[in-house]
Amino acid sequence: MSEFKVAPANASAGVKLLTWVDNRFPASQLWKEHLSEYYAPKNFNFWYFFGSLALLVLVIQIVTGIFLVMHYKPDATLAFASVEYIMRDVPWGWLVRYMHSTGASAFFVVVYMHMFRGFLYGSYRKPRELVWIFGCAIFLCLMGEAFMGYLLPWGQMSYWGAQVIVNLFSAIPFVGPDLSLMIRGDYVVSDATLNRFFSFHVIAIPLILLGLVVAHVIALHEVGSNNPDGIEIKKDKDANGIPLDGIPFHPYYTVHDLLGVVSFLILFSAVVFFAPEMGGYFLESNNFIPADSLKTPPHIAPVWYFTPFYSMLRATTDDMLKVFDVLVIVAAALSLWKGRFGSAGKAVIVIAALLVLEGFGCFKFTTGGNTHLPGLDAKFWGVLVMGGSVLILFFMPWLDQSPVKSIRYRPGWHKAVYGVFVVTFLILGYLGIEPPDALKTAISQVGTVLYFGFFLLMPWWSQLGTFKPVPDRIVFHAH
Amino acid sequence: MKKDTLMKRFIASVLVAFSFCGIAFAQEGGPAWDKFPTERLTDQVALQHGAKLFVNYCLNCHQAAYMRYNRLHDIGLTDDQIKSNLLFAGDKVGDLMKTSLDPKDAKLFFGTVPPDLSVITRSRSGSNGSGADYVYTYLKSFYRDETRPTGWNNRVFPNVGMPHVLWELQGTQRAVFEDEKGEGEQVEHVFKGLKLETPGTLSAADYNADVADLVAYLQWMSEPAQNDRVKLGVEVLIFLSIFWVICWRLNAAYWKDVK
Repeated sequence: MSEFKVAPANASAGVKLLTWVDNRFPASQLWKEHLSEYYAPKNFNFWYFFGSLALLVLVIQIVTGIFLVMHYKPDATLAFASVEYIMRDVPWGWLVRYMHSTGASAFFVVVYMHMFRGFLYGSYRKPRELVWIFGCAIFLCLMGEAFMGYLLPWGQMSYWGAQVIVNLFSAIPFVGPDLSLMIRGDYVVSDATLNRFFSFHVIAIPLILLGLVVAHVIALHEVGSNNPDGIEIKKDKDANGIPLDGIPFHPYYTVHDLLGVVSFLILFSAVVFFAPEMGGYFLESNNFIPADSLKTPPHIAPVWYFTPFYSMLRATTDDMLKVFDVLVIVAAALSLWKGRFGSAGKAVIVIAALLVLEGFGCFKFTTGGNTHLPGLDAKFWGVLVMGGSVLILFFMPWLDQSPVKSIRYRPGWHKAVYGVFVVTFLILGYLGIEPPDALKTAISQVGTVLYFGFFLLMPWWSQLGTFKPVPDRIVFHAH
Repeated sequence: MKKDTLMKRFIASVLVAFSFCGIAFAQEGGPAWDKFPTERLTDQVALQHGAKLFVNYCLNCHQAAYMRYNRLHDIGLTDDQIKSNLLFAGDKVGDLMKTSLDPKDAKLFFGTVPPDLSVITRSRSGSNGSGADYVYTYLKSFYRDETRPTGWNNRVFPNVGMPHVLWELQGTQRAVFEDEKGEGEQVEHVFKGLKLETPGTLSAADYNADVADLVAYLQWMSEPAQNDRVKLGVEVLIFLSIFWVICWRLNAAYWKDVK
């Protein structure tokens, strides 16, 4: 424990109170470490608004959520009506509900931008691996939170969306059917499902989410923020140990982020007040029909923020497995040829490749009407592809082997690679909303290969090309 | 400079991605929907007339179980006006708009329970237009069809269970088909339009106006707060715009000394 401080006798009541608190709780110390004496690089640009905006949306969601829970009924016979009750009879209920429903989509917009910033400037690179991993865990929680929250209005799309997604788990070999039964708590999505999703949505996941956000920020403040130049500001310090290119977060970035907050609120309010359905992308028209377990809608699509991943699930057809066969064989051959493995290592690669190929049904043959080595269902591989498309993000710190962090000092064609990746992601997102047909499935299959190619080949391509010299100090133009 | 090209490239790629959306939207088909005249949504006389039509023609079989009668205050009606003119199915002005039709009977009469109309226009939007456009077109697209149990069919909702409730107003229409030679000698039965067979009590223009009022009411009822929402939104945006300027200058004041 530090020394017990005593405020001067003529100090104001406020100073005395703060001294009293500081002797018992590190209030001033926390304020200094995380705000007034947290030194952030002074060259933050547009992309650096989205971290504070994500925090803002989290607060909006929690506060509006608290008020919604006061009036919402997690009961299959009452849920739909209680949402309409909120929209009509609860004073300001419509505003709270629209803020929450728009906030869900805004959360993903902001988080996708925040993650893309990390891609651009290598914010996941050493020493920020844990900042990134906590962030990916937040993203994963957010997906769970959004998925379970989407069931609560108990409309047709809520119901059938949940039905489709929970059924995916049943594709997992051995435990799948029991697992999906456990998630639903029933043989179909029902009142039991609604109750447990409600519990997860309002208690379990928000608790984990808040813990992860704290861990994300603590880890960030331990290592310090990255910046658009990808240069460590801590290596150039003045006599007092303050980074020369740093600036206190408060007040400089608090006023700066305030500008971002108000700009965001203008766009957010424009949606909430003038287009809360956002043309059916934020609130789908089918969800204004109460859930009916006997009427399957002709077209079931997840909300827009899940569709890139959903597209990759649908792209994994039996034909796609044949493409995977070829890719696995090429990958195994390349690692045998180019990789410097011992004989044991080579044996492991061959056995692993054969097992995966068997799983794809590559060795399927028929004798006397019996099919042997059928492999696993394409649906299972689809689930794996969808899961993998999110989980692969966790490995970014090790996939990226580029000698520089920031895109600014990478070869020009790296920017084109990023461009292709972004376009692929958007096209996959669009295709996931649409009903599938042969052409769209083919495009989403190409997109899936490009998406995974971007990540899996990154250790190779990120090292290629002529890198530009990285300056010693950050590039900053005074405002 | 470098940053600019990166942003340009990013924006260009986003535009390319969205141009695909445009192509795909253009491909969707189905019978076209007429455009609902949206200006009626803010016209109190139209909304009140729509409410009257709704209570008289719709509320007997359909209900609007999330809507209270006294919410009609918002379109300029008083409790007394509601009580003496519109309160047939309920007792108190604070009641929900429910119907006395038993769902079991409804199923027997129509083959299905008539859907609740509280949010009907919000639930029917599609690639052909808004939900209001759909209902507006639907109510004008009934025609005589002796093969159906009710004697009625509908162009935008084929084989619908609902008979044409507004037939006395509109009159009866008949679907006109013509045989046309399709590809390869096949004769196709092509729909050529709806033709008024026996006129109703209203002219075509008056009937359209009545349906527009009814749909305006349905659209308003699907979200009674919507006109307030837009009004408040304008105020919020004005406030935020002013506040943005203050924040912009505040930020500049703090950062002007940072070199």
